[in-house]
Amino acid sequence: MVPNNSDPVTDPLIIAGRSFRSRLLAGTGKFRSGLEMTQSLESSGAQIVTVSLRRVDLDNPEDHILKFVDPDKYLILPNTSGARNAGEAVNLATLARESGVSDWVKLEVTPDPRYLLPDPVETFKAAEILVKDGFKVLPYIPADPVLARRLADIGSVTVMPLGSPIGSNRGIKTRDSIAIIIEQATVPVIVDAGLGAPSHAAEAMEMGADAVLVNTALAVADDTAAMGAAFRKGVEAGREAYLAGLGKPLATAQASSPVAGLPW
Amino acid sequence: MAPKIQGEPLDRAVEAVFNATLRDVRSALEKIPVSSAGFAALISPEADKIAGRIEKAAHDLTAQRFGHTVNLYIPLYISNYCVNNCSYCWFGRGNSITRKTLSHDQVAREGARLLEDGYKSVLLVAGEDPKHISVSYISDCITQMKKLGFVFVGLEAQTMSVDQYRRLGEAGLDSVTVYQETYDREIYHRVHPTGPKHDYDRRLDTADRVAQAGIRNVGLGVLLGLGDFTRDALALASHVKYMQNRYWQTMVSVSVPRIHSWPGGGYMENRVSDTQLARLTMAMRLAFPDIILTLSTRESPGLRDRLFGVGINQVSAGSKTHPGGYTETSEDAAGEQFPVVDNRSPAEVTEAIRQKGLEWVWKDWDVNLKPVG
Repeated sequence: MVPNNSDPVTDPLIIAGRSFRSRLLAGTGKFRSGLEMTQSLESSGAQIVTVSLRRVDLDNPEDHILKFVDPDKYLILPNTSGARNAGEAVNLATLARESGVSDWVKLEVTPDPRYLLPDPVETFKAAEILVKDGFKVLPYIPADPVLARRLADIGSVTVMPLGSPIGSNRGIKTRDSIAIIIEQATVPVIVDAGLGAPSHAAEAMEMGADAVLVNTALAVADDTAAMGAAFRKGVEAGREAYLAGLGKPLATAQASSPVAGLPW
Repeated sequence: MAPKIQGEPLDRAVEAVFNATLRDVRSALEKIPVSSAGFAALISPEADKIAGRIEKAAHDLTAQRFGHTVNLYIPLYISNYCVNNCSYCWFGRGNSITRKTLSHDQVAREGARLLEDGYKSVLLVAGEDPKHISVSYISDCITQMKKLGFVFVGLEAQTMSVDQYRRLGEAGLDSVTVYQETYDREIYHRVHPTGPKHDYDRRLDTADRVAQAGIRNVGLGVLLGLGDFTRDALALASHVKYMQNRYWQTMVSVSVPRIHSWPGGGYMENRVSDTQLARLTMAMRLAFPDIILTLSTRESPGLRDRLFGVGINQVSAGSKTHPGGYTETSEDAAGEQFPVVDNRSPAEVTEAIRQKGLEWVWKDWDVNLKPVG
């Protein structure tokens, strides 16, 4: 019998020495209500949830994100969405840590308000500052293998290359570059942004990504809880397939039941 | 500097709107964001034949980009002194209204009151009068708002130079709203007969100066009812496109308020219907998925409720359009800029948003996102 390597106990996701059973990270934006958000998070099985610091109101105990996301159950991963440059991202992260939110940060620097694509130069600068300052930095990056290596070299605890523009639902359009990032990885690779369907998440996991992050696809679904469950299965299936060893695509047909012993 | 949104290209676009067929409208929806030809079809009367489909497309795109959420903001009028004489505005110097510029104490009281309601995003509004409303005064008001607890501070006031905008950015200004009112130069001059605002080109170039100063957001718009609906809609879309192409780091927001009545009951030759307003709102969303589309309390509750989440992703609620409106008694009341049509309280509006299956958002910004990068 083939051992079940994808057992979350024996195959955990480890980031910065911390172990997680789930390989699906979820976002908290765009939901119709706090209740829908919690139901979706629950059914997704996510243990790491990212929270936009610009959305969260640290002074307001009624703020729904802080009210609905139980810090004993989830690792709250603050993100710097809205930051246009390294200075703004560092400011946001530092003040969030001072307010007791976390010393983990999903670093997002997106100077272009239209496609919200990450700025490699400013992201690298901010990562250097934040890592030196003791943060666990999870940078959201273009799918650039050299940038990924450089960020790992300076101490980022993951790299988070984008599949396609954030919120676009277009799936993995950067497949070849992500494959190189995975091949060379020394830190977990989390495919972030653009994953619109469980099949996209499964594809990332089949490629050998360590985890995926999904927000829009969960939040804008008609049934957010059911979509959370669907993504959970997509991630698990992709991981199991990766560990089981996927066959390589070939140009010619190969019979699944080869006929042996023919003379030619 | 001004975008080329007059003359022959505009005439051709107007022709495209008049010649648009239902087939053009249908094919516009096949590729979103829609092209300029698609935009022309969507603002044509033919679009009304499949209004339901367009509404769904606008809704889905808004949800995809912004989620099932609507941001809330509130205008805070700091002064109604004005040297201009815009024929549609009650602040015009020729109108005899009670004039007032709020003291910093009064500004603080108004701000504190709005924070109690939950607002975190405020739009400071003033007329134009250098004697009563200086750049230093505005700068102090901005700093004051940030210190009080507002995370996003916008300004709708006189147009300024790049240096002046930069100074306000350093004080904490996040956004400048500068509607062209109408892109029709002739009508523009007629309805802005005197005062600095008479200068069409200076007004048109203001958005450029705002972006050059590093202010993060610029609000464009037309006051529907002044110029021809089609021409102004097309010119506004061109202006948005121009800003996005030229200033890739600047966020653009758009609003298309309508005039419902004029001071002295003046005549309005280009009245815009609810249907046209809805058409333009959806066309704007489908052409520009990422812009902020704002709807003010100038519109009726019924129309506002219909458009929440259908293109529109930012609204005000409980607005007063005169300085001191949130804290002062009616005996002290200064004159208002225009009559508010949706008089519902913030609580009533948030309930209406909830009933549409949307969540309202007070805070979608952070003071640590410094406005000048």
